[in-house]
Amino acid sequence: MEYALIFITAVLVNNIVLSQFLGICPFLGVSKKVSTAAGMGGAVIFVITISTLVTSIIYKALLLPNGLAFMNTIVFILVIASLVQMVEIVLKKTSPGLYQALGIFLPLITTNCAVLGVALLCVQRNYTLLQSVCFAFSSSVGFTLAIVLFAGLRERLNLTDIPQSMRGAPIALITASLLSMAFMGFSGIGN
Amino acid sequence: MNKVSFENLTRGIIKENPIFVMMLGMCPTLGVTTSAANGLGMGLATLFVLILSNCAISLVKNLIPGTIRIPSYIVIIATFVTVVDMLMAAYLPALHARLGIFIPLIVVNCLILGRAEAFASKNNVKQSFLDAVGMGLGFALALTILGTVREVLGAGSIFGWSFLAEGSDTVLLFIMPPGAFLALAGLILILNAYKAKQGIK
Amino acid sequence: MSKKISLFNLCVTLVIISACSAFLIGSVYKLTEPAISKAKEKKQLEAIASVVGGDFDNDPYAERISVKLKDGTQMELFPARKDGQITSIAVKSSSDKGFGGKIEMMVGIFIDGTINNYEILEQHETPGLGTKISETRFKSQFKGYRPASNDFKLKKDGGDIDAVTAATISSRAAVDALSKAYKGYNRFNLGNKNE
Repeated sequence: MEYALIFITAVLVNNIVLSQFLGICPFLGVSKKVSTAAGMGGAVIFVITISTLVTSIIYKALLLPNGLAFMNTIVFILVIASLVQMVEIVLKKTSPGLYQALGIFLPLITTNCAVLGVALLCVQRNYTLLQSVCFAFSSSVGFTLAIVLFAGLRERLNLTDIPQSMRGAPIALITASLLSMAFMGFSGIGN
Repeated sequence: MNKVSFENLTRGIIKENPIFVMMLGMCPTLGVTTSAANGLGMGLATLFVLILSNCAISLVKNLIPGTIRIPSYIVIIATFVTVVDMLMAAYLPALHARLGIFIPLIVVNCLILGRAEAFASKNNVKQSFLDAVGMGLGFALALTILGTVREVLGAGSIFGWSFLAEGSDTVLLFIMPPGAFLALAGLILILNAYKAKQGIK
Repeated sequence: MSKKISLFNLCVTLVIISACSAFLIGSVYKLTEPAISKAKEKKQLEAIASVVGGDFDNDPYAERISVKLKDGTQMELFPARKDGQITSIAVKSSSDKGFGGKIEMMVGIFIDGTINNYEILEQHETPGLGTKISETRFKSQFKGYRPASNDFKLKKDGGDIDAVTAATISSRAAVDALSKAYKGYNRFNLGNKNE
C-alpha cells in the first residue's frame, strides 16, 4: 500500500516534470516525435532506477556512517556520470538491440537534472532503500508519461497554422502549461 | 576595454541570453521563480558558480587531457556548487531553505557545463571571466524578471512588498507550476514579436 | 593534442583534480559547519521564544525532553519555566501530509492545555497559497484554542477549524502537525491517560 501510494503520487500528483520541474531540458528538447520521446523515456527509467539504487547504497553505507553527508552532491554526480558510461558500454556489448534503441540518449542523460534530483530527493526525504528504488522508478515513469503525452501534442501542433512569433518555444511552453494544469487535477489523491 | 572583451561581456545579457534566447538551464528557471527574491537569489548563486568554474577551467585547460575533459569539468563544477551550497546554508539560511534542492542541482545546469565546454576551454582567464559575468548576469536578470512577473500576478507583491489589500484575489495560477510555463511563454512571445517588428522596419 | 596520453596519465590527472576538490570542500565544511548548526539552533530558539506564552527564566532548549507517542513517533518538548514552575511547553512537531511534503513546526501549549501559538520551521508549500498556514488569519484560530479531543480536524472533516481557501491539503497537514503536538503535550502532562 505504501509503495502504491509512492507510485501514484510520483507519477500523477507530484509529476517530476510538470510540478517539480526536474528534467525540463530533455522534456523540451527531445519531444518533437513520439517515438524519440518514448526512447528517451525508456533510457531515463533505466538510468534513474539503477543510479538511485547505487547512490542510496553509497549514501547509507559510506557517506552517512563517516559523517561525509555534505559530500553527497559531488559523489552522486560522479556516480551517475560513470554509471551512464558503464551502462552504455555494457549495453553495446551485451544487447545491441537495446543499445540501438537507447544508445543515442544515454550521453544526454548525465546532464538530465531529474537523475541527480531524484537521488537527492531520496536523501532529503529519508527514504529507505526499497522506498528510494520505488520512488525512482515511479518518478521516471512519470517523466516518460509526461514526455510522451507532450510529444503527441507537439506532433499535432506541427499541422496547425500558428502565428510567427508563437512558433517554437512559446507554443511549446503554453502546451506544457496546459498539460501541467491537467495534471493539477490529480492533486489531493493520496492525502 | 577593447572591443572583444566588451563583446564577451555583453553578449550573454541580451543577444545570447541563456534563458530567453538559448533556453539553457530551464529547471531552476521554472522551479524557483515563484517570487522575485527567489529568482534573484538563484540567479546570483548561479552567477557565482559560473564565474568560479569558468576561471578555474580556463586556468587548467591545458593540463587536462581531452578524453577526460567532461568528467574533470563536472568535478570542478560540483566542487564550487557544494561550496556555494554550504556558504548559503551558513549565512543565508532562509534563502537556502526556499531554494532547496535547486542549489545542488546547479551542477547539472546545462548553462555552466555549456559555457565551460564552449568558451572557457578555448579562451584565457580574463575573457572567460568576462563571459561568465555576462552570461551569469543575463541568467540572473531573466530569473528576476520571470520571478517578478509571477509574483506580481500571482501574489500581488514585488520583492515581498504587497501592493494589494489583504485578502484580495490574485491570479494564483501564476505561482503554481502551470503558471511558470505560461509566464515564460509570454515573455519569450513578447521578445519574439519585438524582434520581428524590428526586422520589418 | 601532441602530448602522449596514457591510462596512467589520465588517472593521475583525475586523482589530482579530485584531491584538490575534496580538500576544498573539506575545508569549507570545517569553516561553515559551526555557522550552519548555529543558524539551525537559532531558528529553533527563536521559534521557542515566540510560541511559549508569557515570559520564562530558564533555558527551554537545554531542558528539552523527548517523548514517544503510541504510534512510535519521537517528539521533542521544550518546557518553559517561571520561578521553577512549568508555565508552558513548546513541542516540535511535523506532518508529511503537506502539498509539498514535510511541514515542521514549533507549537506552544500552556500547561492547562490551551494552545498559545505556533511557528513553521520548515515547509515546501505553494508560495502565496499553502504558505498562508503561517499567516495570522489561519493562525489566530488556534490562539487560546482548547481542543475537545486529541484529534482536532478541519470543518470539512467534521472538526471546527477553518481551512485556508484553496489550500485544504496544506491546512489539513498543519492541523495534523498541531494535533500531533497536542498528543505530545498530553503524553508529557498526563502520562498516557487518554492518548
